[in-house]
This record gives sequence, C-alpha cells and structure tokens, in this order.
Amino acid sequence: MLATSSRAAFRRLFDEVGTVDAVGVEERVAKYGTRSIKKSAKVWGLKTAVSMVDLTTLEGKDTPGKVASLCQKALQPHDPELGVPQVAAVCVYPAMVKHARKALGSDTAVRIASVATAFPSGQAPLKTRLAEVKAAVADGADEIDMVINRGAFLSGEFGEMQDEIRAVVEACGDATLKVILEVSELETYDNIRAASFLAMRVIREGDFIKTSTGKTSLNATLGNNQVMIEAIRDYYLDTGISIAMKPAGGIRTAKQALTFLVAIKETLGDAWLNNSRYRFGASALLNDLVRQLEKEKTGAYQAPYYFSESAESY
Amino acid sequence: MSRLPITKTPKVYVGGAFIRSESARVFPLKDAAGNFFANIPQCTRKDLRNAVEAAAKAGPGWAKRTAYNRGQIIYRLGEMIEARAGEMAEAIALGGASKVAAAKEVAATVDRLIYYAGWADKYEQLLGNVNPVAAPYFNFTVTEPMGIIGVLAPEQAPLLALVSLFAPAITSGNTVVALASTSQPYPAILLGEMLATSDLPGGVVNLLTGYRKEMVPTFATHTHLRALVGAANADERKALALGAADSVKRLHLVKTEELPDWYADSAQSLEAVRSTLEFKTTWHPIGA
Repeated sequence: MLATSSRAAFRRLFDEVGTVDAVGVEERVAKYGTRSIKKSAKVWGLKTAVSMVDLTTLEGKDTPGKVASLCQKALQPHDPELGVPQVAAVCVYPAMVKHARKALGSDTAVRIASVATAFPSGQAPLKTRLAEVKAAVADGADEIDMVINRGAFLSGEFGEMQDEIRAVVEACGDATLKVILEVSELETYDNIRAASFLAMRVIREGDFIKTSTGKTSLNATLGNNQVMIEAIRDYYLDTGISIAMKPAGGIRTAKQALTFLVAIKETLGDAWLNNSRYRFGASALLNDLVRQLEKEKTGAYQAPYYFSESAESY
Repeated sequence: MSRLPITKTPKVYVGGAFIRSESARVFPLKDAAGNFFANIPQCTRKDLRNAVEAAAKAGPGWAKRTAYNRGQIIYRLGEMIEARAGEMAEAIALGGASKVAAAKEVAATVDRLIYYAGWADKYEQLLGNVNPVAAPYFNFTVTEPMGIIGVLAPEQAPLLALVSLFAPAITSGNTVVALASTSQPYPAILLGEMLATSDLPGGVVNLLTGYRKEMVPTFATHTHLRALVGAANADERKALALGAADSVKRLHLVKTEELPDWYADSAQSLEAVRSTLEFKTTWHPIGA
C-alpha cells in the first residue's frame, strides 16, 4: 500500500508522462507473433539477433575458465562457414571483467558488459555501488548494467532514484550505461513507463534501459518490451534523444527473438534494428539462433548437441 | 426429445497434450461404408519438429526411471487398453475389419505390451555383460537407450503394428515420435487417450497423424532422431537411407510390400529391444 504522499507523487508523474492502456498493449503484442518471416528474411533476422546478443553468465559458480570459454563463443558462435556474426557483448559479474578482457583482448568488436551496483537487488550503500562501477570500468568494462533503486521508486522518492542514476552515469565515464528497471518488481505497466521516463531523463544518448535482471520469476515479456519501447519512441519524439533498449531474461528461442525484432521494427523502425540500439540479454538464445541458421542452410532440423557447449551450461 | 449428435474432434497426443496440427489442417476420415466419420489432424514437418522437442524433454526423466518402474508403467498401459477394449475394437472396425478380427487385434496389442513390460527389467541381464579380458581389469558392457526414436507405422494393423514398433523402444528408456497409419489413423488417436491415463510421462510417446509424403523426408533428415523403425516402400526406403546416412541414424525398416505377420511370436523379441540400444563398455581396474 502506497502512502498518501507517494500516491500523489505517482499521480503527478503519470499526468506528466502519460499512462499505459494495458489491454491495448496486450492486444498489440499478441499480433506480433502472427507475422510470417521465412527464408531470406528469417536468415537476416536470425543473424541480426545474433549480433544483438549480450551473451551472459551471471552465476555464483562462474570461474575465469568458464568466462574464457564464453568469450570464445562470443567471438565465434559457430563454424565460420555458416557466416554467423559475433555477438554484441559478453555480460559478466565485475569480478570476471578482467578475465573477460584477457580472453577477448583489447582489439575486438565484442564489448564487455558488467552488471554492477549490487546486482541484482541494488540493496547496498550508494558509495559501495559506485565503487563497484568504477572498479568494473577500470578493469576494462565497456558497458555497465546497473539496477535502479526500486525501493526509492516505489515509495515515490523519484529524485533519489534519479540522483543515484546520475551518480552512476558519472562513475561510468566513457562506458555505456544500461539501466535495469526490474519490471517484475514495478508491478504495473504505468509504473514501467514512468520509471522508463525517469531513467531516460538522466542518462545519455546511446545509453540503454533494460527490462530485468533475469533473477526474478518474471522477466522480459513482449508486453514489458512494448511499454518500454513506446516510452523510448515518445521520449525521442519529444527530445530528439535516442535511448537504446535491452530486454533480458526469458528469451530462449529464436522464434521469440524474431518476435521481439518485429516489435522493434513496427514501433521504433529500422534505426533501432542494430546492436547499438537494441540488445538481447540471454545465454541459451544464442545456441537456438545458430541452430535455426544451420537448419535454414541445410534444410534439416538440428539436434541441440550438435552445437558447441550450449550456453545454459556456462 | 431428439438429441444433437455429439461428434468428436480427434486430436493427436504430443508432449502429454492433445493438439491440433500447427498447420490447422485436417483430412476427412470415412468409415468402411464410406460415411464421413471425423476430421483427423493433418500433421506437418513442423508438428514433427515440435514432437521431437517434446520427446527430447521427456527423454532423460524416462531413461532415469528404474527398469522395474518402466515395466510397471508399460503394464499399466496394457491395463488401460484392456479396460477400453470394446471401444478400441470399434475404432479398428471403422477401417473395415470384422468385429472378431478387431477384438483379436486389441487382445494381441495388450499381450504385446505385457510382453515388453516383462522385458523392461530383464533385457539388461541378457544384453549387458562382464567380458573376459586378459588383464587385471573388470570389463563391463552395459546398455543405454539411444534417445529419440522415429516410428513409421504401416497402413495395416493400425494398432498392433504401431504398438509392436514403439513398445520395445520405450521399454529401454527411449522416447518415441510415431507416425500412425494414414488410412486408419483413428486407433492411434484413441491410443493417445489411453497413453494419457497410463502413468507414462507426457512426451515419451508422441503420435502424429497425416500424410507420409509430408513427413517421411523430415523423419529422414532430422538429426535429433537417433533411429527409425517401421515400414516403408521402396521410394521411402531410399529417401530414409540417404537422410539417415547424413544424420548418422540407425534404420530398422521392413518393406511395406512384404510386411511381417504382426500376430506371430516372431513379431516380438529381445532383438527388437536391442535394436534401439547403444552399448557402452567400461574398463575398471581390479583392486589388489
């Protein structure tokens, strides 16, 4: 239950940024799955999706060796003959950044993203969170995935939430920032839209907003994705600043990925159909994308074990 | 008061659920007298792909069951058919078989399941071995299920042949994707309902109906299918052999021109269980 003061704060914010027609969003996204994408369009979509993957391992049991093999897979997801592009980035815990940098080298197009700011809860003192960001950047991270202070947001302390994001932006320096809203804890589409706006107002052009940590029960859905990309569109039309988007968690199949690309194409247009504006936070997805590409090439359905160590096992 | 006829929409049993074809297509099934009976799902290669995914999911759990438990479950499948034997016989008679012949086919099917239920915890004793070697090692050969087995049922004996083909595969812990008889698919539809109540985990046996021409090429090339058993004509055998060579899968096909007598004792054997097993040999040093 929200206190009266925070309820008023939310009311003012909703008046400002607008609310979401939840039924309309659900109906809209249900249609995306009906698009027929075959043959060359499918191959293009699959390869584009591969190039957008943030290949992720965020486990307590991560080791430098595991991260190194993940990096190898990021550099070359499959047999070069298949023409699969490299993924956009690897995404690891801060302690693993230096190992990822060692495995990838400095002369590579694959970027290193690191979750920081007491991922996934964000429940640590601000000073600690900022120190974590700085340490990750110093170790060679190109991108930082931060979590917002959901406690502050839900209690209506929007200023506090934005100040923290600002502080992280500053700590990032040249590194790209991705702001994780953790949509499953925001409860409503209205809140997701409002949080998106609060974040977009304090981050820089080219920074990301991201759905989830992947550590809660509900992750990226087409509905959440739609609310956020519509917020991005509205913000772009207002200000001319283009913010990038990253759905994360729960996207496991090539078919899902293509449906997300349809959503982008039909909401934000071709300008967002590249890996500087759109990413997938995923691990298992990459193998399924490669598997479908192989199927398109050979015409035969492929067994999952024909592909190098599937990313679930990282 | 006259009642509206309550006609049934037959659906196929895939992944523990009753589904329509993803293509939404159906083909009409007529009874022996030529009257329309029902629309049967016309499954496609994509339904086959989905069925293989379902079988892959069910595989490890089924293989991990104790042999004794697998035997119990296959026995229970026999019980389920026995309890609805009359209904099943009517489904078979739909294709033109006499009532007596249909009842005989159901009885033979139940007996076949009981036969393989019995083998479930015994084949390993006969097929596995401790091999004599001239060194201080224990040398064991043990069997393992191959994985996902494709079954191509012949047109005749729509229930008995289908069950005779898939039962030995599931006995050892394989999972199965089977294509039922095209001209007489209804017994397989009904069998799906019995599978669903038999304690057999969903996805262990997946039954598809439809046209062979549309699915045989995919059976041949799908790399996740480890072996194919069933009946095929000359053209299909060629396509299957080529596809199987590419995807390195095992073939155990009989010719549709000269089908075996499914009722004979020779239609059930330990060899049938063996045909979908891999053999693993392990060396272990003998202690001092």
